[in-house]
Amino acid sequence: MRILALFIAVAGLILTVVPSFFVFIGTLTWQAHARLMFIGMLLWFIFAPIAMKKKGSHLNI
Amino acid sequence: MTFVYNVVNALMFCFLAGAMISVAATAVGLPLSMPMPELKDMFPTSITWIVVVFCVGFVVTSLAILGFEKFANFAKICSPWMFLVFVAAALAVLPKLGLTSFGDFWTVATQKIWTGIPVEGQSKFTFWHVMFFAWFCNMAMHIGMADLSILRYARKWTYGFTSAFGMFLGHYVAWVCSGILCAAADVTVAPGPIAYMGAGVAGAVCVVIAGWTTANPTLYRAGLALQAATPDWKRWKVTAAAGLGTTIAACFPALVMRLLDFVALYGLILMPMGAVIFADFWILPRLGLRRNFAEASRSKISWSAAISWLVTLVVAFLLPLEIFFKGLPGFFIALVLYVLLSSVEQRMKQNKILS
Repeated sequence: MRILALFIAVAGLILTVVPSFFVFIGTLTWQAHARLMFIGMLLWFIFAPIAMKKKGSHLNI
Repeated sequence: MTFVYNVVNALMFCFLAGAMISVAATAVGLPLSMPMPELKDMFPTSITWIVVVFCVGFVVTSLAILGFEKFANFAKICSPWMFLVFVAAALAVLPKLGLTSFGDFWTVATQKIWTGIPVEGQSKFTFWHVMFFAWFCNMAMHIGMADLSILRYARKWTYGFTSAFGMFLGHYVAWVCSGILCAAADVTVAPGPIAYMGAGVAGAVCVVIAGWTTANPTLYRAGLALQAATPDWKRWKVTAAAGLGTTIAACFPALVMRLLDFVALYGLILMPMGAVIFADFWILPRLGLRRNFAEASRSKISWSAAISWLVTLVVAFLLPLEIFFKGLPGFFIALVLYVLLSSVEQRMKQNKILS
């Protein structure tokens, strides 16, 4: 479960930063980049706490 | 002396936390179409601004009362994401500045981003300003020993790498990105709208989180510093009082619009005490003088430290230098003063120790 959460969380980070590069080279609109960053943010904040939770401890946000 | 030091430290922590609450408020106010403060604004600009600041202040204070650990865990999750938001926002606004290939970066950078022409009414930042500010912006913690008030220390020397990593990415790279974003924003200076322009909702959320994660530990530290000055008070009461003061201070945009000057002033005010602690621990024993003389002579106040602190501050403020450059000479002035005054004081009060 933690491995899967880690993959999704990292995908969230990729969605946060990679679209901006495509905006820079002109192959993606700013609006699409902003939407993808929003999705990336949701993925990161939902799955990173699960991925980063240490065994036997609770990460309270 | 310790009482005065802790109170001054706590006040400065409150102002710093207040600036971060203001930063978060500029993002929270975005959906409310709140009028944003401008660079020259000193006082609250609207009722909405005050209400938003108080809401943010309430949340930040409540979290600080709950304790540091939970929020530290949250900050751990936020850090990598926040850094990437900064980079992404800066990349996405580069086309607005007419840049579409990395080959033209330096040309556009010198013509449109870091032009060397200051905004009207602001002093020009040269290489030396940046270098001195980079070294001394955290002078209060590193040289002024502000963290002594919370007894924070690293258990292993390798923890220093974390600081180095945080400073390079968190300060250096983020400031480069911030320069690009400000150039693209043109006249807007409020952090919330600028981040929204670069990264949309994620950018605005990033500003809120950046403000909170800075304000919270700072407010927590203010609470601890005040508690050291008022040991009879419970921590939550002290933190609540500090939070109220911080929130009132945050209503004044001057705090965030003049943040660089404030941080430099903060460092400068505490810096002489850092020099005093350094000299007391490392230099006095080598000169045959006694460490912790006030304690040994059962004095309630260390006159050498008090006079060194005050005289250094007066001299530093009178120095014909910009505030960013006063810290370095000030440190050595405090060092020399404390050693000389300690020598005189210890000779005068020698009998107090012997008896």
